[in-house]
Amino acid sequence: MYRRSFFGLAAALAVAGTSLFAQDMIKIGAIAPKTGPLAGGAVVTQWPNVRLWVEEVNARGGLDVGGKMKMLELIEYDDKTNPGEHIKLAQRLATQDKVDFIVAPYGTGFNIATAPIYGKFGYPMIAVSAITDKMEELTTRYPNLFFTLGTTTAFVDGVKEILIEQRDAGAIGNEVAMVNVADAFGIELADRARELFGEAGFDIVYDKSYPLGTPDLSPVMKGAKDSGAKAFIAWSYPPDSFGLAEQAIIEDLDVNLYYSAVATSFPAFKGAYGNKINNVLGAGGTDVDNPAIAAYRKAHMDITGEVADYWASANTYASLQILEQAIVGAATLDRDVVTQYIKDNSFDTVMGELSFTNNFSNTFWSVGQWQDGVFRGVKGSNVEGAVPVRAKSGWSE
Amino acid sequence: MLDILVSGLLLSGTYALVAMGLNLQYGVARIMNLANGEVLVLGALAAFWLYTTAQISPILTVILVIPVAFIGNWLIYRFLLTPLVRRSKSQGALEVDSILATFGMSFIFIGIMVSIEGGFFFYKYLSEPISILGSTTSLNRLVAFLLAVLIAAALYIWLHYTRPGVAVRAVSVSTEASGLVGINVPRTSALAFALGGTITAVGGALISTFITLDASIGVVFTLKALIIVIMGGVGEIRGAIVAAIILGLVETGVATLVDPGLTLAAAYFIFVIILLFRPQGLFGRRAV
Repeated sequence: MYRRSFFGLAAALAVAGTSLFAQDMIKIGAIAPKTGPLAGGAVVTQWPNVRLWVEEVNARGGLDVGGKMKMLELIEYDDKTNPGEHIKLAQRLATQDKVDFIVAPYGTGFNIATAPIYGKFGYPMIAVSAITDKMEELTTRYPNLFFTLGTTTAFVDGVKEILIEQRDAGAIGNEVAMVNVADAFGIELADRARELFGEAGFDIVYDKSYPLGTPDLSPVMKGAKDSGAKAFIAWSYPPDSFGLAEQAIIEDLDVNLYYSAVATSFPAFKGAYGNKINNVLGAGGTDVDNPAIAAYRKAHMDITGEVADYWASANTYASLQILEQAIVGAATLDRDVVTQYIKDNSFDTVMGELSFTNNFSNTFWSVGQWQDGVFRGVKGSNVEGAVPVRAKSGWSE
Repeated sequence: MLDILVSGLLLSGTYALVAMGLNLQYGVARIMNLANGEVLVLGALAAFWLYTTAQISPILTVILVIPVAFIGNWLIYRFLLTPLVRRSKSQGALEVDSILATFGMSFIFIGIMVSIEGGFFFYKYLSEPISILGSTTSLNRLVAFLLAVLIAAALYIWLHYTRPGVAVRAVSVSTEASGLVGINVPRTSALAFALGGTITAVGGALISTFITLDASIGVVFTLKALIIVIMGGVGEIRGAIVAAIILGLVETGVATLVDPGLTLAAAYFIFVIILLFRPQGLFGRRAV
């Protein structure tokens, strides 16, 4: 009897507590992989920034929504790198948890796959880790969807410019060895690269794909080496970006230009290979000397205990700053008003002043390079602080 | 050509490490262990974790992993799987039950590993080039291959020339008959399961020196192991080794001569061909 009344009291208190808090809270839902093939990337780029942002906002006393300070409450779910699972969880966020806003998913495919469901519930969706050439089509269909990290063409263009510069400088010839991971991301980039490199007069002398999760990339690297090309381009994903670098070191791949796409910008990339990967090019980039970026990177380290990656980490954080400023600026939790506010205004973020034209923010880094222990941006769109590209020579420490 | 042979054989070593353990577990203990890949990744996580936090060499980790994995797998068999073995009326029923149970177990393992390290197990050990017969490869692959050969040889000798080994083989042929001749079947099965899990975990620690793994990648290895075990013949350690060599050579050959994109297709093609002409596997016994 005593026990029952105690539980009853506790339950009553808990209910009262949540309802009391609910009015002062802004519920933020975040769904991204914690397990599955994309988890390795999401735990570097996505999750730490979500937590960093929530923690920082709450440490400041919350967000000022129409004169009332509201704290953030974060609801996290693991989509297991499964789009079906993500959509189920999105439904749950909207209907059961009744979150006020959401953090856009991690991965191009996930952002495209979930645009309809988030669109249906009217959530503004500021996508970061999503690169595609179909932006116009998608944002016309889903007016709540925003893109911030660039297009496929922009990424290939960045690499093409570097190829041309290095050819003019005499570091490489017309021959290029190119490989790609055989999934949507790698195939789309490789297709675009074949066109653009061809137009620029390059001859792709080795052009192969390999399945995701290939345990032994040595045949790929041996083939690229035998082609004799002085430029190596890989449209690769996290596990294979590491695997290719490893094989390049083992085979002592003799190139003056080496590029691998996603995860080259991860701090762990240098952690494993040290200075052997000096002058390796990769997707992304950042300007660590920029005071805003430097302050952000320090906060990231202090609060999450992890080094921010040298690419989409800053963009991810910037997308949350946009959401934050739009909520404060619109002075409401009404999602349609906030979405309109995002379209109409510009935002002061770690990536500088960001604004959207046709739901697309044209400020991003496309290519970076490891230079003496730091991955610096070398090509980008509307970004400052790009440094000149250096030629790669050898793989010694 | 020599490149294909060297790289292919080294890859076979990796595959043998992946499959030998499952072969014992499935062939002898009759447990279709779908958490095989996760056990492998647990071994990898141990190597990664000890190397990055305490600078302990993965080779030393292998030695540390052996008792831990053995006891862990023995406990799993004793407390989680023995009830299934007792209650199942036929081998088919046990297979279905063990598939479901170990499938569930794999998620528990993933959860534990994610809570320890959610990202990639990212470290490099012995990542030095070495030349074998004029073909360059890395030292860590060679070390893993040599240890795979050692483990396979030790396992073969143990199975064929010692009493407990013969008992294990007898159980793999027939649980009823070996019980009749005085073999303690439950104990032998537990031993085979624990030994299989140990080999898998050791394999994981070795593989992690040259393949970047993460907590959720286990299923990839489970599938590869399954193919190799079925290709080679269930419960036949020679079969698993020969199948691993075939797979390694074919994948490397196709990647070098045809296209790296076709390695998976080639592997499954061989798998289908073998199933068509020898459904019991290369060294398997025809079901009676």
